[in-house]
Amino acid sequence: MMLLSPFMLILRVISQTFVLAIVQVLANKFRTFLTTLGIIIAVASIVIVVAALSGMKQFVLDEFETVGVKRIFVDGTLPPSWRTRLDWRDVQLKDHEVEAIRTHVTSLEHFVPMYFTSFSVQFEEQLLESVTAIGIEPAWHDVENRDILQGRRFGAIDLRERRNVCVINEAAVEELNLPREPVGSFLLLSGRRFLVVGLVETPDQSAMFGGGDTRTEVYIPFTTARALDPDRWINYAQGELKDASMADEAIAEITAVLRQLRGIEPGEENTFDVDVVQQFIDQFNNIARVITLIAGGIVAISLIVGGIGIMNIMLVSVSERTREIGLRKAMGAHPLIILTQFLVEAVVLCLAGATVGLSFGQLVVMGVKAVPDFPLETLAVPPWAVLLSAGFSTGIGVIFGIFPAIKAARLDPIQALHHE
Amino acid sequence: MTISIRNLRKIYRLGSETVRALDGVDLQIRRNEFVAIMGPSGSGKSTMMNILGCLDRPTSGEYTLNGQPTHKMGPARLARVRNEEIGFIFQSFELLPKQTALKNVTLPMIYSRRHWLGAKARARTALQRVGLADRMSHRPNQLSGGQRQRVAVARALVNEPSILLADEPTGNLDTKTTDEIIALFRDLHAEGQTIVIVTHEEEVAGHAERIVRLRDGKIVSDFPTSEDPTHREYLRAAAAAAERLAQSEGVATSEPSSEGAPA
Ligand SMILES: Nc1ncnc2c1ncn2[C@@H]1O[C@H](COP(=O)(O)OP(=O)(O)OP(=O)(O)O)[C@@H](O)[C@H]1O
Ligand SMILES: [Mg+2]
Repeated sequence: MMLLSPFMLILRVISQTFVLAIVQVLANKFRTFLTTLGIIIAVASIVIVVAALSGMKQFVLDEFETVGVKRIFVDGTLPPSWRTRLDWRDVQLKDHEVEAIRTHVTSLEHFVPMYFTSFSVQFEEQLLESVTAIGIEPAWHDVENRDILQGRRFGAIDLRERRNVCVINEAAVEELNLPREPVGSFLLLSGRRFLVVGLVETPDQSAMFGGGDTRTEVYIPFTTARALDPDRWINYAQGELKDASMADEAIAEITAVLRQLRGIEPGEENTFDVDVVQQFIDQFNNIARVITLIAGGIVAISLIVGGIGIMNIMLVSVSERTREIGLRKAMGAHPLIILTQFLVEAVVLCLAGATVGLSFGQLVVMGVKAVPDFPLETLAVPPWAVLLSAGFSTGIGVIFGIFPAIKAARLDPIQALHHE
Repeated sequence: MTISIRNLRKIYRLGSETVRALDGVDLQIRRNEFVAIMGPSGSGKSTMMNILGCLDRPTSGEYTLNGQPTHKMGPARLARVRNEEIGFIFQSFELLPKQTALKNVTLPMIYSRRHWLGAKARARTALQRVGLADRMSHRPNQLSGGQRQRVAVARALVNEPSILLADEPTGNLDTKTTDEIIALFRDLHAEGQTIVIVTHEEEVAGHAERIVRLRDGKIVSDFPTSEDPTHREYLRAAAAAAERLAQSEGVATSEPSSEGAPA
């Protein structure tokens, strides 16, 4: 006759109890629901928060991806501590500052100034009042990653001779009723004739960065813009990092160059801003971390509350079933087997709660996604969150089930059998 | 020697009061014996049975079962002894109310190292043995008292224990079912099973080979049934009563019956 080892005996009891416990849980659905409410809430919160955060993260990353994570922006600002000494015009970027950044900052690939002017634009009978024509340099196409569809970029000669040439987008062709192939046509910018030399593509920009319905865009050489509208200024300059990891380096270098050029003493505030897209991502990640921590706290509390609920029902179960425990012991159940039986029951209860919580969370996530035009398309419950909540619930079942289980295992067989 | 008890004591302390439930008991029970334990209420019969069944531990003294000193064992070892050596039958059956007869009989095998293969088949055989082949999937509340006790007997036998212990197994049964259960015990004994049974009824004790009488936690007499003075007195009184009954009704009764017996 083959003797079963104690380990196999316990394994067999676990599998048998598991089945029995599941049958019990299904037989008392409402009671199970009430008992495991804490676990249900905890697991549902885990699922929803995790899904929301990872969905949001993906959304934000995608958004920044369209802008380019390597983009860097520099513009002038006037902090209060400077207001007595400087005017807002004084702090705007100067040509020589842009030039200095271009030559001294090694972590940058391109660096171009943006000069915003305002003109009326006319083609034949079609007139658009006050269109922003932006003065750019050729490298702008590389920074914004917007290629020429027809014609050409501005050349060095356009800038040197401040030619009246322009590059437009497809919306301009539409709104001004230009021919399908607009290169070669002439536009009137506040009465001056400008030759269209190129058609620039319009990227699908997200709503977050002012995309959506595209409007007429007119670009002219940077030097032309400055000559025609000298009262304006460089609104900002933008560049591209050589590598996304060089953000901090670039910020430090630009800051050093500008502080020196502007004679800002140590301790005085900057009169300019350097913004890197990567920074926004970092900021978002920080916020996400804080949200995760807060949500984690709530989840931990509801798990503990849920665990106490489990402990309570298991204590009730042990005292309700004292006679049964006595009988099982009389039939020769090892104390460890009784312990295992009650632990498995507690764990099954917790897993039942986790299953309900998971389904509920999944339903909420699916419901939210079903809302038309909901921006977070990538909202989903990642598999690791499912495993995590199953693991947590098992842990809670063991932690809070161990005390009632020990109580059951320690019962004296005779006293248990005589229990009323 | 199957059971060997020496100077066994069980003392309960309730506040300042001490109850000597067992007060120095010596007893030997051999393999294949059928022993009845009798005595007035509170004399310590159940206490003794619980210790014999390794459900309870003595305050002092020795209890050796098949050569194993159980008084030296902890709860885990005792559990194994209960599972492998002992079949216990309770007055109030102690079946799991929500489980079928078959599941109830399977219970001891769940905890068995030996009988883990073919547990269901063994449980069926045991139920057939006690005459319940057609009641296997009934729950306790769908069975009569006698049937329930037979399920309990099947459960006690299923692990092939070396001793069968029954504490007032017929205490909750009427005369007819009592006779059925006793007949079952006699058959088991005839097959070689060692049996110890606690009873209040001389009629039941009469089927045993030996009667041990307790009073105030001490053994006051220990005779083969045919030599036990109290039992012989009972048989005489029963025979006389039967004769009177036969005279008044004109019907002869050969066997003593519990209805006619003095209390
Ligand atoms: N757990 C206990 N605590 C205190 N005293 C107890 C306990 N169990 C039994 N006793 C006492 O021990 C004595 C013997 O009890 P036991 O149950 O063995 O008697 P018994 O012979 O089986 O009686 P009955 O015929 O009524 O079943 C009684 O006086 C009883 O009150
Ligand atoms: Mg008793």
